[in-house]
Parts: sequence; C-alpha cells; structure tokens
Amino acid sequence: MSAVSQGTAVSTGRFTRVLIHVTLLVFALFYLLPLVVMLINSVKPLGEITGGNMMALPKVWTIQPWLEAWSTAQIGVQPTGLRPYFINSIEMVVPAVAISTLMGALNGYVLTKWRFRGDTVLFGLMLFSCFIPFQIVLIPMARLLGLMGLAGTVPGLIFVHVVYGLGFTTLYFRNYYAAFPTELVRAAQIDGAGFFRIFTRILLPLSGPIIVVTVIWQFTNIWNDFLFGSSFSGQASQPMTVALNNLVQSSTGVKAYNVHFAGAILAALPTLFVYIVSGRFFVRGLMAGSVKG
Amino acid sequence: MARETALDLRTRLQEWIPKLVLAPSVAVMLVFVYGFILFTAFLSFTDSKILPSYGLVGWHNYWRLFQLPTWSLAIENLAIFAALYIVICSVIGLTLAILLDQKIRGEGMLRPIYLYPMALSFIVTGTAWKWLLDPGIGIEHTLHLWGWTSFHFAWIKESDFAIYTVVIAAVWQTSGFVMAMFLAGLRGIDNEILKAAQMDGASNWNLYRRIIIPQLRPAFLSAFVILAHLAVKSYDLVVALTGGGPGRATELPATFMYSYTFTRNEMGVGAASAVIMLMTIAAIMVPYLYAELKEPK
Repeated sequence: MSAVSQGTAVSTGRFTRVLIHVTLLVFALFYLLPLVVMLINSVKPLGEITGGNMMALPKVWTIQPWLEAWSTAQIGVQPTGLRPYFINSIEMVVPAVAISTLMGALNGYVLTKWRFRGDTVLFGLMLFSCFIPFQIVLIPMARLLGLMGLAGTVPGLIFVHVVYGLGFTTLYFRNYYAAFPTELVRAAQIDGAGFFRIFTRILLPLSGPIIVVTVIWQFTNIWNDFLFGSSFSGQASQPMTVALNNLVQSSTGVKAYNVHFAGAILAALPTLFVYIVSGRFFVRGLMAGSVKG
Repeated sequence: MARETALDLRTRLQEWIPKLVLAPSVAVMLVFVYGFILFTAFLSFTDSKILPSYGLVGWHNYWRLFQLPTWSLAIENLAIFAALYIVICSVIGLTLAILLDQKIRGEGMLRPIYLYPMALSFIVTGTAWKWLLDPGIGIEHTLHLWGWTSFHFAWIKESDFAIYTVVIAAVWQTSGFVMAMFLAGLRGIDNEILKAAQMDGASNWNLYRRIIIPQLRPAFLSAFVILAHLAVKSYDLVVALTGGGPGRATELPATFMYSYTFTRNEMGVGAASAVIMLMTIAAIMVPYLYAELKEPK
C-alpha cells in the first residue's frame, strides 16, 4: 500500500496514452458534474432554473438561496432554515467521535498488548457488529431510548453512535497497535510502569496517524448517518441529513430547487472540508475498514 | 509477609485492569448488538403490531412476509440492484485504477476527484441525482435545449426502470472507492516480475490478463464483500432519490422493514424482514471475517 512504485512498468504507445487521458478526463467530469451543477444552480434565481438550462451560468448571481437555506427555509413545520439542525449535528458528532475514538484506542491497546484467552473471539464479535444491517437493532433501541428518557434527544443519538461505532474504532487501533513492538511494552512493565502509564507515555504519543484516521472515519459516518437520525430524533434534535431530506421532500408550495441545492451543499460542506484537508487519511481509513491493516 | 501480599495484590490488580478497561465495550456489544439481535429475532416470532407483544405465533410472520408482493418486489429489486452495483463498480474501479497506474501526470488531481463522492451523505447524492434525472429539468431537458429534441431519458418516472437510477447514483458514489482499492493492489505488485515478463515478449494485454489481474484477487474479494454489504444495507439513497417510488417500484428490504415496522404497525413482519437482512449479510461477512482473523502464523 506504500508508494514505492508510481505506475507499473507496463509501457504504452503514444495513441494509447492520449486515449487513456481522454477516458480519465471523461470520468472526472462524470464525478464532478452533480456537484458543479448544484453549485451553479444554488446561486441562480429560481426562475432561471425552471425556465432555463441547468448547465448555463447564472444571468443574475444571487446568494439569496444560501441565506434562505441557512436561516429561513421551511423544515417540517418551522421556518428556521437548516441552521439549528447543523448545530444539532455538531453537538452530536463531537462527543460521539471523541468517546468512541478514546474507547477504541483503549480496546485496541488491550487486545494487542494485554492479550488473554478468547480475545480474538471477542474482537471477531466486535468486528461483525460493524457490518450488521442496523434494521436489526432499530426496534429494541427505540424501546430502550424511550425507557432511558433519551428518545428524541441529542444525547440519545450520541449514545447510539458510540455503541455502533466501537467496532470500527477498535478495529483501527487494534490493527495499528499490532504492528507496534510488544518488547517496548514489556520493558516498560519491568521498569514498573503500569497499564495506563504505558498507554499514555509510550503508545499514545505515537498514535497520531491512527487517531486522525479514526476521527475522520467516525466524523464522516456519523455526520452522514440518516437511518439512526430519522429513527431516533425528535423535531428539535434532528441532525442535518434528516432536516435536508425534509427540506427537499416537502411537498408544500413551489419546489425551490436553488434552496435545496444550497442546503445539500451546506450538509456536505463539513465532510467535504475534512476530505479536502486530509484526503490521504480519509483514504487510509476507507482501506483499513475493508482490508486487514 | 505483609509487603509480599501488598505486592501480590498490586500485580493481581495490574492483571485485572486490562480486562476492566475492555469490559464496558464488551458489555455494550453483547447487550446492544447481540442481545438486540436476539430480541428482534424473538419479536419476529410474536404477534407484535404497533408495540412489542409477546404472544408467540411461530413462523407466521415469515410465512406472511413471503406472501407479500411488496417483499418479493423488494427482494427482486435488491437482486437487480446488488448485481449491477457490484459489477459496474468493479468494472469502473478496475478500469480507472489500471488507467491511472500508467504514470499519468495528473494523477494527484484526478484521484481525489474520483473519490470525493464517498465523503458525501447519500441524502446529498440522492438530492443531486433526483434532479439530474428528472426529465422536466435535468439531463433530458438540457439535451432538448441543446437541440437533441428526440432524446428521452425518464427512468426515474418509469416503474420498470426506476431501480436502475438507484444503481447510477450508487455507482457514482462508490466506484471511486473501488478504484482506490484496486490501485492500492496494483501498487503492491512487484515490478520486477512485470519487467521480466515484458522481456520475454509478453504483450500488455497478456501482462494484465495473466499476471496483474490474477494478483488482484484479494482486492476483488474485499471490493465484493464491501459492495455486497453496502447493497443490502442501502436505505438513505432510495429514500432521498425515489422515496421507494414511483409507487413501490424501488422498494428495497431496508425501506420495507422501516415502513412495515414504524408506519404500518406490523412490527412482527418488520422484525422478520430485519432477520432476513441480517442472515444475508452474515452469509457474506462471516466467512470473510473468519478468514481475515485467522492467525496468519
């Protein structure tokens, strides 16, 4: 997976190379098209969209749709815009990511450096829990959140995301710490360092990359979640994805496409930003989630 | 003597700390994953309607489930969707990876462009494609304005074709990721073997067919497993893109489960459908994870 060799040793002719470049560019256009079209049309007045060409640049540029999407658009019954839901998502994502990452780090540490009989089975069970279709837990979780008084609240969503994020965070740290020399840990033990001391002084300082990978993965997944958000949130605690869906699907009045697009881009901005800033770690996270690290 | 017991206690405690640290996660997993799975499985054998109830009805819910035309449609749609999604993503992913691997100057620019949709929510993807595919305003409309007035592309409105629009949007979102997996596989191949084969006069086509692609087996397997499990879990995209429509034309097991459980108040049937979904995924994931976890030593 390292970048030892860039490109294969296979050599190709001039004509083939042109063809390759053209194909690659066509695909780049395919991937960019939806985002570009949304962007262009989010700064157009509605009349130019319904009466005009989606590929044309705006004749009149306006940021009105963005303002509307952010603060005045009708979401459900309230004309609040997406802002309160954006805040809900932040309030949900930050603690959920922090808690699940910390627990995953400790789990990975135990599972690699303090091994005991049956640890692989436990890890296997945790790993499988990453891939279950969450429909299988929706009914009991809805009941439980109700009993705990957390139904329809942001803390309820944090709880759910921590519980079902643990498998992945443990996986990341376990695979990372597995490559870490166990002799160092043993040596520190002989010198009298305890469990937490070894973790905070030896492993944690060297865990930078895997912490970044895990945080990005968790952030993206939890921010983009829709199933839990739509099942367990109330009107006041809806995350951004659910609010966006309500905005776009609302059947009352004229469909304000430009506002929908501005809203969709607002919902995509945080994860896109993270992706652009740290694309390398994002890819590593995706790979580690699919291939044994 | 007293000192020795104190020391002993301390080492004993040290031995227990790791297990105590792991305990909350294990408890959470056993209760909220496996306990909940058992509870849902139990509900699937009960007469639960709007709320859980505990009258056992045997296999009745499963029997009813497979009598429901909507469920058959959901299964049929999943088969079409999963097959096309996996095949098209793999083909596009492999093609792009091989092309990008030819010492392309703009690789650093192209790779992130192929991959960024993976960072988006399916709701955002659905919103964008719903509109692009809308004949009255999206691609069809645009081509009409550009003079190709006979162009017709209204799959999203046609019951027989709407499921293919879900494939298009899902492929758009994930094929770049598959590309990244294959590219990582390609970069892991030893160039010396390739050079040797080339010196022996192997053509490019043979090089790929005989040497390179067979070495990508692990990447193919990972891609298949990931895509298959994403396909079974697909929910958000359908909600945002078609809402399960037109009519019920794009119903999938995940949307079926949700509507039967929470809006039609047939919790027993909903639970049964969730169990079937879990079984499908387990059949794919368990052998894969088992093979991955087996100690390599």
